[in-house]
Amino acid sequence: MSDQSASNGRISHGSLMVADPRTKKRNASEARFRAYGIIAISIGVLFLASLAFSILRSGLPAFTQYVAELEVTLSQEDYDAAESKMLKTAAYTDIFIQNFSDALDERGVEVAYDSDAIERILGKVGGDIRGHYRENLDDIGRPVTFQLQTSSRVEGYFKGRVDRESLVDSRFLVKTDLDIIDALTEADILTSRFNWAFIKGTDAGVDNPGGAGIGAAAIGSFFMMLVVLLLSLPIGVAASIYLEEFAPQNKFTDIVEVNISNLAAVPSIVFGILGLSVFIQFMHMPQSAPLVGGLVLTLMTLPTIIISTRASLKAVPPSIRDAALGIGASKMQSVFHHVLPLAMPGILTGTIIGLAQALGESAPLLLIGMVGFVAREFPDGVVSGFLDPNSAMPAQIYTWAARADAGFYEKAWGGIIVLLAFLLTMNIIAIILRRRFERRW
Amino acid sequence: MNDMRIVKRDVDMNDIKISAKGVQVYYGDTHAIKDVNVEIKDKTVTAFIGPSGCGKSTFLRCLNRMNDTIDICRVEGSIQIEGEDIYDKRVDPVQLRAKVGMVFQKPNPFPKSIYDNVAYGPRIHGLARTKADLDEIVEKSLRRGAIWNEVKDRLHAPGTGLSGGQQQRLCIARAVATEPEVLLMDEPCSALDPIATAQVEELIDELRENFSVVIVTHSMQQAARVSQKTAFFHLGNLVEYGETGQIFTNPQDPRTESYITGRIG
Repeated sequence: MSDQSASNGRISHGSLMVADPRTKKRNASEARFRAYGIIAISIGVLFLASLAFSILRSGLPAFTQYVAELEVTLSQEDYDAAESKMLKTAAYTDIFIQNFSDALDERGVEVAYDSDAIERILGKVGGDIRGHYRENLDDIGRPVTFQLQTSSRVEGYFKGRVDRESLVDSRFLVKTDLDIIDALTEADILTSRFNWAFIKGTDAGVDNPGGAGIGAAAIGSFFMMLVVLLLSLPIGVAASIYLEEFAPQNKFTDIVEVNISNLAAVPSIVFGILGLSVFIQFMHMPQSAPLVGGLVLTLMTLPTIIISTRASLKAVPPSIRDAALGIGASKMQSVFHHVLPLAMPGILTGTIIGLAQALGESAPLLLIGMVGFVAREFPDGVVSGFLDPNSAMPAQIYTWAARADAGFYEKAWGGIIVLLAFLLTMNIIAIILRRRFERRW
Repeated sequence: MNDMRIVKRDVDMNDIKISAKGVQVYYGDTHAIKDVNVEIKDKTVTAFIGPSGCGKSTFLRCLNRMNDTIDICRVEGSIQIEGEDIYDKRVDPVQLRAKVGMVFQKPNPFPKSIYDNVAYGPRIHGLARTKADLDEIVEKSLRRGAIWNEVKDRLHAPGTGLSGGQQQRLCIARAVATEPEVLLMDEPCSALDPIATAQVEELIDELRENFSVVIVTHSMQQAARVSQKTAFFHLGNLVEYGETGQIFTNPQDPRTESYITGRIG
């Protein structure tokens, strides 16, 4: 019998203790593949780390602000005297300088300065102080601590953008000012603090990078996301359920399907042009409004949501549909009671990916007028939040990055950190929701 | 063979539950079921046997119109349940499926609790008015499914956490909970081990008291064990239909004989 099988061409396998050439080759190729994988992941991690590092290094300074802190007490006589003068702010500047030199004497700091130097370092202090007292008449006669923001160049000096060697004297800053700044820092009059104004503030003019904040743009982004979520989730999910579960298979649904995939690949700027011509020029919706931005981004997000929802509906095992139908559930009951809950985690993932894309989109917003410099004030309420001109975070970042002053460059990086924080929060919410909906079958 | 069936029909006329005449099923261009005539009696287990792809499952799915969910499937001929044509335009398949329950090849409990699995049917059909009613239906169904003793202490545990055999009995309990008149079973034991199979078979025999059971099976031994009537399908034709004992001991058609003796299939 064994002779017969051998003559039938049985292959000799040899010893199991020695790897044959074929096995060696196979093992070597597997080892190579693993190495490629590790290399690919390392490169990815490296890129990510350098990206995170450069963002944090360039962006974190935007969250710090340098202010001069000085206590001023203004008597009623001083107020009346200053208000009766022709150059009122100049009078307040004098009062400030008086208090300023007192403070310096008190702390034993000796440094030469004049009112021009003060203006170069702290801006128009007289105006700031007068503005405060005219708003708060009760503060007259009481000690008030003023926190006066330093000018962009001075911040640049603190943050290393401006140094003593390369500084060319100009009407913005001269070399001797740096001595004053050093002395004030020594005396704890100039201090750094967390820049809440950056998070809570609005965009400022091109000459005032220090005053620019991303708050208004963040509100704009928030209202846009609200529009996107409220429109694209129900429309997208309803469309996918219909296409996946109810629609007949024919030429028309085939065309619809192909075009949904096509839409997902359309560049976002095309949606911007579409929004401009349809929503603004044809339907006369307000320019630069988060509502319009939300509509444009909804168009952009819909294909993503539909594709991912359909994929997750398809992934629900058909046995669950059969089970429901076999008991006598209607098609709709089987979909809404059984299929949809099982597809929920996938739908949520798709929705969050779509929203994240929309949150980070700037090109279509620029076309419908949601450019950064529009975000100069906060909306008054919900309606004005949707309809009043505003910007969105990515557009704001783009506008800042395009401005000349190095202070804005720093703000742009800071804006990116805020944007990423928003995205991270959204992803965390998505993960939590997904965990809650996830069920085994 | 035809003469035989005419004789039978006369005898069994009183308790015919389902009567199919000239049923043709097409999947696109494929002619899957060719002119099948069969009459299924009430309170009887009827087995459909035959080699893979012979159309027995397809025919079973015609009996509660589950084939409606397949776009390319077309059914011709007449299938009557108690004299009513189920393919009539006025018939709502959803209502039909409440009357003709189905158990599938693979156990497919919903990813919900055991209780909710069984209660789902009664809930959507409005069979229970109060929570107590529902509890009673669930208990009765689980008892009928011969699984009550194993799950009574964990009714709110997930149904998917049960073993394969338990899951299948849960599915049977779920199917009987809506009080169907006919129970269709599509190879209910093919995913189960011999012990679970024996339990399910025993259960099928008990279900016969209340329901007309139609079971599709690959196992001829199973057909012989559980059924009173057997139909042999081959290549879309109903080759032979008769008393189980007669089919297995004295088949009339040479194809039936070849199949049960293991020469084809």
